[in-house]
Amino acid sequence: MGLRNIIGKRLGLGLVRRRKPFSTATCDGDGNGNGNAKSINLYSAINQALHIALETDNRAFVFGEDVSFGGVFRCTTGLSDRFGKARVFNTPLCEQGIVGFGIGLAAMGNRAIAEIQFADYIYPAFDQIVNEAAKFRYRSGNQFNCGVSNKFPGLTIRAPYGAVGHGGHYHSQSPEAFFCHVPGIKVVIPRSPRQAKGLLLSCIRDPNPVVFFEPKWLYRLAVEEVPEHDYMLPLSEAEVIRQGSDITLVGWGAQLSVMEQACNEAEKDGISCELIDLKTLLPWDKETVEASVRKTGRVLISHEAPVTGGFGAEISASIVERCFLRLEAPVARVCGLDTPFPLVFEPFYMPTKNKILDAIKATVNY
Amino acid sequence: MTLAWQSVDFPGGKVSYTSEMSFISESSQTRVPCYRVLEDDGDLISDCDFQQVSKEDAVKMYSNMVTLQIMDNIFYEAQRQGRISFYLTSAGEEAISIASAAALSEQDIILPQYREPGVLLWRGFTLQEFADQCFGNKADYGKGRQMPIHYGSKKHNFFTISSPIATQLPQAAGIAYSLKMDNKKACVVSYIGDGGTSEGDFHAGLNFAAVMEAPVIFFCRNNGWAISTNVSEQFRSDGIVVKGRAYGIRSIRVDGNDALAVYSAVSAAREMAINEQRPILIEALTYRVGHHSTSDDSTKYRQLDEIVYWKKARNPVNRFRNWVQNIGWWSEQQETQLRNSVRKQLLEAIQVAEKTEKPPLSELFTDVYDHPPSNLEEQEKHLRETVTRHPKDYPSDISV
Repeated sequence: MGLRNIIGKRLGLGLVRRRKPFSTATCDGDGNGNGNAKSINLYSAINQALHIALETDNRAFVFGEDVSFGGVFRCTTGLSDRFGKARVFNTPLCEQGIVGFGIGLAAMGNRAIAEIQFADYIYPAFDQIVNEAAKFRYRSGNQFNCGVSNKFPGLTIRAPYGAVGHGGHYHSQSPEAFFCHVPGIKVVIPRSPRQAKGLLLSCIRDPNPVVFFEPKWLYRLAVEEVPEHDYMLPLSEAEVIRQGSDITLVGWGAQLSVMEQACNEAEKDGISCELIDLKTLLPWDKETVEASVRKTGRVLISHEAPVTGGFGAEISASIVERCFLRLEAPVARVCGLDTPFPLVFEPFYMPTKNKILDAIKATVNY
Repeated sequence: MTLAWQSVDFPGGKVSYTSEMSFISESSQTRVPCYRVLEDDGDLISDCDFQQVSKEDAVKMYSNMVTLQIMDNIFYEAQRQGRISFYLTSAGEEAISIASAAALSEQDIILPQYREPGVLLWRGFTLQEFADQCFGNKADYGKGRQMPIHYGSKKHNFFTISSPIATQLPQAAGIAYSLKMDNKKACVVSYIGDGGTSEGDFHAGLNFAAVMEAPVIFFCRNNGWAISTNVSEQFRSDGIVVKGRAYGIRSIRVDGNDALAVYSAVSAAREMAINEQRPILIEALTYRVGHHSTSDDSTKYRQLDEIVYWKKARNPVNRFRNWVQNIGWWSEQQETQLRNSVRKQLLEAIQVAEKTEKPPLSELFTDVYDHPPSNLEEQEKHLRETVTRHPKDYPSDISV
């Protein structure tokens, strides 16, 4: 079990906080350091995945607003020069067009990799995602899909999500809950560079439409050793990234490093925390979470998105259904507030380490 | 003549300037004219510009139009009798779907709205296949999952219909781009109604197709009505054809009730789309003779005599019949034979479809994903237990 460190700093909140080392405690077979691994950040890892995707399938396309010059977050750097403008291209400023166009491409057996510039702007494409992509296979009786063919292509929609310190209403949203309510698509959220590369390649090669949310705050700040070769990490498999026995914490994306810090502090008070990265929110791995809760008897879920109707509610309801008699305390949720994502009030809105720590203690002492 | 110093450079190119302030009028003096080849009575207009149709094609076109008409009448009645849950007709628009399909090749990919079953009919979808989908039985390619008329057929390159309006338009651009990448000598034809052009996806689809230089024909059936909403409440432009230029798309307005005009325009559009790798917009003016669907009674919002006028005096099937008969390619006898035969086949198809089993319960859970995830496996197991406990709650014609 190797440890990998990610160090990031969170700026723009009036103080500079050093992030504690973030361990990815288990290493999947394909994700560990056989062969060369270089220390790179999240956007570079995503960039590598995209290079590999286009290299290994000449019917893969990358498109969206501003992707040609490298993208506003540099995730698509070098792709246009290397693979040409026919395969890597800017689209008009129109999310419903980007996704609709992508569905068409995918339905013809291509690997369509669409970028939505910020998850906050994905909503015009919601109809195409929910009413079209998600139902394409089912409604046609599997005559059409986005989509299987002998080359297994598909539609992947990538979007940066989450708090960034100064993003306000429209550059900070975490809309994953809306998509988790849509049978027929998958929702995947990586926590780190190495995870992002392997998960993104799995998403791109999955024969179902996938929405891949990238934690923008980690684009530059998260740095990790990432193998240079082509590897994939499995979807719908949660990962226990820290073993513990007193309480199970469940999260995804950037929030995991905040939760990791809370776990470290809780440990000083003798509380042993088990931390799970869900990775795929739809379809999600209930079995891994349930097994952990059977061990600990307590569960806490944390996400940036507003608490009401957030994905934590689904996890909570499922765990209570499955583990009611084992639970020693109510399921805790430490989440964003039920407000639009505020600018100057961001530090108050966010589910911070101390909010999580307080909830860990309250749950353990229930 | 514009002198060099009279033009100025901006992103997007050179543009000449003027000191005279003038607004482009909101409408032109005259409406864009409508291309037609046949008079209302079916006589060929002399000296007209059109694509000749072979006897075989003309007879097939006419027969298909008649078949479509009869199919519509019989399925409509079947809904009224409670045998199927829903139906919508193409009454008044038979020339559009049949003639446009006739001008295409089988490799061209169709993205319908929902009032174009004539295209499928032309391509060889059988009356039985139509009936099976309407009855949602186990022979339905859609496995009984969608309402009637939501046909789809991969082998006929006809993408499955979905109810949301205009969603197919940006998809058409993506599909056409794929054909372009493959250097295929084929195009996409995507249909939309007048109402659908108000949707954002119309703007998205046309703009993307133009920018991506994708070979797609956007075929707008302007039949005057979006359920109860007349075109006067839908847009303030001169119909749809004028919108093409706004996207840099070549466009034409055609008489949708003139099968030969539709055939010619689509033939020409197809060549341009494929040879020049560009989108084309066709606006076919027509009239929706039927109600929007079996859930609608259009006499509530329009005059009965308007409907009767279009049904009788402006009927595209009669108009084409006159032309085909006058040329000597069709006779009264063939007419009677055809109508009787189609009617008989349809009634049989309905009987067979009605008796055919529904798809089994397992098909509720398949195809949500390529493989069912564990939550669906659990739900299926639980549902089967429930069905065993409460069988009376469930339809007996679906095998568990």
